[in-house]
Amino acid sequence: MRVIDRRQNPQGKSLANRQRFVRRVKRQVAEAVRQASAERSIRDLADGEQIAIPSDSLREPRFRHDGKTGRQQGVLPGNKEYKEGDRIPRPSGGNGSAGREGSPDGEGEDSFGFVLSREEFLDIFLEDLELPDLMKKSVTRSEQMSFQRAGYATSGTPSNVNLLRTMRNSLSRRIALHRPRTQEMRALEERIQLLEAEQPEDPELEELRAKLHQLRRRQKEIPFLDPIDVRFNRFEAVPRPITQAVMFCLMDVSGSMSEEMKDLAKRFFMLLYLFIQRRYRHVEIVFIRHTHHAEEVDEETFFYSRETGGTIVSTALEEMRRIIRERFPPADWNIYGAQASDGDNMTPDGPQVASILEQDLLPISQYFAYIEVSGGVGELLRTQSNLWQTYAPFAAAHRNFAARRVAKRGDIYPVFRELFTPEPQGS
Amino acid sequence: MGSSLLFTGAEWSYDALARAYETIEPIALGELGLEIYPNQIEIITAEQMLDAYASIGLPLMYNHWSFGKQFAYNELLYRKGARGLAYEIVINAVPCVSYIMEDNSMAMQTLVMAHAAFGHNHFFRNNHLFRQWTDAEAILDYLEFAKSYIARCEERYGSRAVERLLDAAHALMDQGVNRYHRKRRGGIRWVEERERARLRYEEESYNDLWQRTVPQGAPHSQAERGGVRQERAALDLPEENILYFLEKNAPKLESWQREILRIVRQLAQYFYPQKQTKVMNEGCATYVHYRIMNRLHETGRLSDGGFMEFLHSHTAVIFQPDFDDPRYSGINPYTLGFEMMRDIQRICEEPTEEDREWFPDIAGSGATMEVLRDAWAQYRDESFVLQFLSPALIRKLKLFALSTEEDDTHYLVNAIHNERGYQKIRKNLARSYDIALQEPDIQVVEANLSGDRTLVLHHQVYEGRRLEDEDAAMVLRHVARLWGYPVTLVEIDAVSGATWRRHHSSYPDD
Repeated sequence: MRVIDRRQNPQGKSLANRQRFVRRVKRQVAEAVRQASAERSIRDLADGEQIAIPSDSLREPRFRHDGKTGRQQGVLPGNKEYKEGDRIPRPSGGNGSAGREGSPDGEGEDSFGFVLSREEFLDIFLEDLELPDLMKKSVTRSEQMSFQRAGYATSGTPSNVNLLRTMRNSLSRRIALHRPRTQEMRALEERIQLLEAEQPEDPELEELRAKLHQLRRRQKEIPFLDPIDVRFNRFEAVPRPITQAVMFCLMDVSGSMSEEMKDLAKRFFMLLYLFIQRRYRHVEIVFIRHTHHAEEVDEETFFYSRETGGTIVSTALEEMRRIIRERFPPADWNIYGAQASDGDNMTPDGPQVASILEQDLLPISQYFAYIEVSGGVGELLRTQSNLWQTYAPFAAAHRNFAARRVAKRGDIYPVFRELFTPEPQGS
Repeated sequence: MGSSLLFTGAEWSYDALARAYETIEPIALGELGLEIYPNQIEIITAEQMLDAYASIGLPLMYNHWSFGKQFAYNELLYRKGARGLAYEIVINAVPCVSYIMEDNSMAMQTLVMAHAAFGHNHFFRNNHLFRQWTDAEAILDYLEFAKSYIARCEERYGSRAVERLLDAAHALMDQGVNRYHRKRRGGIRWVEERERARLRYEEESYNDLWQRTVPQGAPHSQAERGGVRQERAALDLPEENILYFLEKNAPKLESWQREILRIVRQLAQYFYPQKQTKVMNEGCATYVHYRIMNRLHETGRLSDGGFMEFLHSHTAVIFQPDFDDPRYSGINPYTLGFEMMRDIQRICEEPTEEDREWFPDIAGSGATMEVLRDAWAQYRDESFVLQFLSPALIRKLKLFALSTEEDDTHYLVNAIHNERGYQKIRKNLARSYDIALQEPDIQVVEANLSGDRTLVLHHQVYEGRRLEDEDAAMVLRHVARLWGYPVTLVEIDAVSGATWRRHHSSYPDD
């Protein structure tokens, strides 16, 4: 008998099968994911999700008997009261207990449930969305460099010596030049000692001594390690892409924003967060709420506490500008802005908003999205809001600015997709 | 006494495994007279066990989405806690590989070794179906070849194409076995070489000029070739092994496609004996572990605690819910097999008058192991039940037989566990293990090669049992995809010859 420990074998042997499986059901999964996103909270969605998909596409058909046809017979255990000749009503709906056929893996149900990993989920959820093509700009602007391995060099600092390469060169050089090996010389020395002790007169002794002398000389001439053997790891400086991003969530919390509208806004923010998080190693979020004055708050306060007051949007933009100046130098950070509001703003504030956005924020931001949330009935009849009128010209003039209206939960995901679906080339 | 214990505590160790194996071996080979392949025991994690589940229990398998589906399904059940994992999986190969899980306790590991490394192993080595139909020596090599061959095909022809082909081949797996004869015990090893040679020859001898300029020869008219009868003879029709037929005769398949069909067919054939011997195989393993564990306990090598743990999982394994229990899902093969073998032991050693009447050859002979070893070697589930199911066991399990006709609203109780019912129950139960009766009987009967090449399949309908429509239509599309031309399936009554129903698929046109 042999016992073999296989536990260290590579895990995830069925990963390839899983990928094939997910690929096969992609369309159905995407549909299920979309539905889930309309119904559940975004945060829960992001952690791997159990989803159910129609099992049609997964059906593995076989030729099999239809349990409803023909004569059925079977033997069952555990008889309690039946006697020969008894008649037992057949359960309606066909497949009774005798001659039960079912599908072989016992999943004759209408749907097939399984758990998507977080990665798989987000892959499908955010499939083919792209951040606007603005990252490159900031990459080239980046002044930070990092070092990358780039082959080997013949010069360098001692700490970068590549031992393996060096010793390999040394070995091949020694072999090529027939450098005498230490063992060989030791054997010779021993032989000489032996002869000296036993037959000091032997003429062979002289010969051996001469040979040893020659070998020693040769060993000295051909060094064990020559400077030409030495190799160093070479490093190259490459500009380091900025892998951190900050996302500003701006929201109007004045009385006119209902809970429902805030909920819509929250969903949008969360989606954006998920999305950005996948593109950057490190993402910070700053929450700024405003009425007629603005302040930075934590998430809880941002979404759930109420404030009273008028509405001056420019205060929030100013706050954002201030925070960027203090904490997020644009050279090191990718900056995203997302603003949600019901569109109310004090009329005289318009020019101020426009100027801050245009001159200070848009040039340093990767993207700025404005979502106008409106609640329920009668909203279709609404005329253009103050803020919408202010923002409308920007959407046309700047590629990194977008404004959209959202009225119900179901709109969020489509609008989001619309914002981030890459435009066809040349448009 | 304590010092003679094989192990104490729940933790297993390599030493304890080796000790347990060395203690079991003389019991199994000496007392029970088993005959086994060399053993190889592999320790794996729960996740690897799930992997093994997904690839139908084989250590290596080609990639296909259906295995991913299996994995997702099992994983979900396992994570929810709805289902535990098997304690072991054993592979019919030389050496006989048993997978055991790292989280098993030492008592469980002992049980698993007795069950798999001796019980199943003996069965694989001795049962005539396995000896005749599977090549335990070569299966692992073959799987290795299959996996790499299919991976190469995916690279070369695209994974979509391979997936479609495998989908189609899997749909026909049940119709991919030779049931009644085996043409040649050719061994599986040379397949790979043959395939290489085939490809090499094609590549070397490919001559574009030849392909394009030499006339292909005028097609022979049907009359010239002597009509349908001769064609059927040439194609060796009727043929029940549809996969084999398509592999050899489908006009449009390329050689790599034929090879993949062959791989699937070989696998189907490899599993065919297991399908026919579920009761016996599990019964044999369970009976063997029961005897061994009891002996270990009797001789003081297994502590009372360890024995209790063994009994706990043993009873769980052979638990048989009654038919009206919500947990009922058919007759548990472990229960039936184990009970029948214990019953044989009882008949051999302490027979009643009834037993003497029913089993005159073995009753009171005292030769339990000879009878069992002979049964394990010579029988399959169907014949085993037919031969050895005793009235005593029918009474114990309270078996009863039901039947119903298609348009009947009731089941009729045909037989219960009484004097008049024994024979009937025995016969009916045996029938339900006869794969030839349980699986649809479908054959290729006509190919019409010189006409429109419509392939005609016949389904012999017994007792009015017809095919499930939707599945049949889907499988038929797969057949048409492989055949490359229209396919018709006719359901014909086996007795009257009347046609029940026709299915047709003219993929890829429909």
